[in-house]
Amino acid sequence: MSDDLIIAVLMVFMALTGVAIARLHNLFAVVMLTGIFSLLGAAAYVVLDAVDVAFTEAAVGAGVSTVLMLGTLALTNSEEKPAPPKNMLAALAVVGITGAVLIYGTLDMPHFGDPNAPIHHHVAPRYLNDSGTEIGLPNVVTSVLASYRGYDTLGETFVVFTAAAGVLAILGRVRRPKRRDERAQTTEQTSGGGKS
Amino acid sequence: MNQLMKEKIVLRVISKFLIPYILLFALYVQWHGDFGPGGGFQAGVIFAAGFILYALIFGVNTVREVIPAYATRALLAIGVLTYALVGVASILMGGKFLDYNVLAHEPTHGQHIGILLVELGVGITVASAMITIFCTFAGRAEDKEEDAET
Repeated sequence: MSDDLIIAVLMVFMALTGVAIARLHNLFAVVMLTGIFSLLGAAAYVVLDAVDVAFTEAAVGAGVSTVLMLGTLALTNSEEKPAPPKNMLAALAVVGITGAVLIYGTLDMPHFGDPNAPIHHHVAPRYLNDSGTEIGLPNVVTSVLASYRGYDTLGETFVVFTAAAGVLAILGRVRRPKRRDERAQTTEQTSGGGKS
Repeated sequence: MNQLMKEKIVLRVISKFLIPYILLFALYVQWHGDFGPGGGFQAGVIFAAGFILYALIFGVNTVREVIPAYATRALLAIGVLTYALVGVASILMGGKFLDYNVLAHEPTHGQHIGILLVELGVGITVASAMITIFCTFAGRAEDKEEDAET
């Protein structure tokens, strides 16, 4: 019961943060609020006993990605350009209908924590019953992640590798002191690229 | 920005005090993932967070002296290769790809070794990926500032 209350409070805070993010124009404040949003999400995961996910959410969502966004802000402007007024009613209708359809979709889903839900009857019982003798680790999450689902985790690691390789391909370059004439050339190029 | 951060004595002292514990905690999460919550992904991110905190206070160039660009690039590949080679090793030892049972005489012991190595590979790749991405972004910002100064 108290868990439900904590979750409800966290959800309200997350919703308020979301509204604040949508309304604010100062991007520095928006980045900070997205970090707070992730931290609230991490707290919710702890309440739901998903400590592994909470770990990741707190470290990646609230920590590293906030810092990365700040690094991006250092390269750009920290104030959002005022958007010209558009048809707000159409946007509201699209968002409202999409939200309603999503909520309608959840009505058929099993209730949260329902022991009869299909997800608890597929492979989960086998993992819980047999991983102790098959893998021999007390943490079933690690057994599933690294052994039963080793292929998937290998793929995920490749995704992380590819992400870093992609960033390096776009932004990475050998850092060396530029000569004066070279520097003048690059500023010309960047200003020319900005206009086109 | 970084010049200013370095002059803040509270930030400088507290971050220097915290960074060893962040790295230690990352290693704990890495090697204790079989028993408690955590594992390679989480450990890698926490480990990188220690370096990123250092870079935020003392600048990317200082971090690059600790762990140069070529080192993180190499580690990026070494992590994935560690993972994949565990799979290849299990084929060579008579099992299927990523079947850890054959890595030792006892199946559970083999599983333990396999999971430990695989999680190490994940941790290395995630940590170096985070450091690489951050340093590439922040390095550009620092270059921009330097260009503006000159």
